[in-house]
Amino acid sequence: MIGIVDYGMGNLRSVENALKALQAEALISDDPAVLSKCEKIILPGVGAFGDCIDNLKKRGLDTFVRQCIEKEVPLLGICVGMQMLFEESEEKGRHEGIGYFKGRIVRFQTDLPVPQIGWNELELKDIPLKSRLSEKPFVYYVHSYHAAGYEENDLAGWSFYGDVRVPGLFMRGHVMAAQFHPEKSAADGLSVLNYFLREFV
Amino acid sequence: MITKRIIPCLDVKDGKVVKGINFVGLKEVGDPVSLAREYYEQGADELVFLDITATHEHRDTMVHIVEKTAEQVFMPFTVGGGIRTAEDIRRILRAGADKVSLNSAAVRNPDLISEGASQFGDQCIVLAVDGRMRSDGSGWNTVISGGRIDTGMDAIEWIREGVRRGAGEILLTSMDADGTKKGYDLPFLKAVRKAVNVPVIASGGCGSLEHFYEVFEEDAADAALAASLFHYGELTVGDVKRYLHEKGVPVRL
Repeated sequence: MIGIVDYGMGNLRSVENALKALQAEALISDDPAVLSKCEKIILPGVGAFGDCIDNLKKRGLDTFVRQCIEKEVPLLGICVGMQMLFEESEEKGRHEGIGYFKGRIVRFQTDLPVPQIGWNELELKDIPLKSRLSEKPFVYYVHSYHAAGYEENDLAGWSFYGDVRVPGLFMRGHVMAAQFHPEKSAADGLSVLNYFLREFV
Repeated sequence: MITKRIIPCLDVKDGKVVKGINFVGLKEVGDPVSLAREYYEQGADELVFLDITATHEHRDTMVHIVEKTAEQVFMPFTVGGGIRTAEDIRRILRAGADKVSLNSAAVRNPDLISEGASQFGDQCIVLAVDGRMRSDGSGWNTVISGGRIDTGMDAIEWIREGVRRGAGEILLTSMDADGTKKGYDLPFLKAVRKAVNVPVIASGGCGSLEHFYEVFEEDAADAALAASLFHYGELTVGDVKRYLHEKGVPVRL
């Protein structure tokens, strides 16, 4: 069973639909007692960082996420769900994150339109996931902020928005985190989810 | 590298896809969920459902279409039409849509943009603006209610305000170009692009492959929307993307 963390933010239905299409059993819950029975956890998120982390804390789910990390329960963060795993964000004030990954969430510095909305090529390090995706995988991004000052070793995949190298995917230990939306990224996105479901431990 | 997006638009009335020429003379062309699936398989980058149902009773039909589409189609889609309150936005997003587009309702109540953006995030609020050139040619006015009412409000100023209030994207329809198949309204698009720094979706007037190329080559838009061209099978999304790719425009193939 895959647990999708519900803290009142995010398009949870889309994540659930994608998991269903991959024949995985999933539940959506805001109850740590229910979620802690799941084998793997997905932390989605859309909207502003501050609202997301406040809502997460209000329900005591930040503690739950920290416990997942300690207990080595495989965890996938998506979009703001990814961002919350970093140390802090500068979106609309300064907000502290969970701090699993080193680095902070900063606004795009570019002449291109912000937010970045659309499909961008995902370049990957030479990791097992690479062979599960198409030769030239594209993924869907919607964001105005991205991670910076991260450990190069934690980075698994990236895309270019103008001159900015946008960190797209992080992997360390039992945690995977995507800035893009795998549940909205057609076949390659489903393959990323499938990798998390069936191979990532 | 970010790619240019090709977006089929499905006008939905009473649960069926229709497309009008200049918004009159509607003709039924199909079931929205199966059309959405067809476009997904053709490689569309996003979809827009525009609910042109006039009555309130059919709103639930749209929510149902959104739920069904989200189960089968793993790409982003936007729902517009008939969204008047923050509660309407919440229902559509919860059903599985990624964004809502706000048009006449936002003109009547600009706070809807601010409320939507603060509750659900800027990224899911698309400001849809229908504009028509003023008779003296000095600029464009915002028109609402399917082009029937000229608000007298300058379209560029309205778009600036919408972005200040948190709109994350602009869907710009030129009422002068819509239905003509003579190409997107490049001067209008460029004026919007100069005024704001959020992505712009071009709409209205596309009649051929060259028109898609033109709008991107001129850097007048980040995405191009078309409806009848795709519905009647004149072109597939794949045709458009292969053409653009050959011409050197970055697209997802």
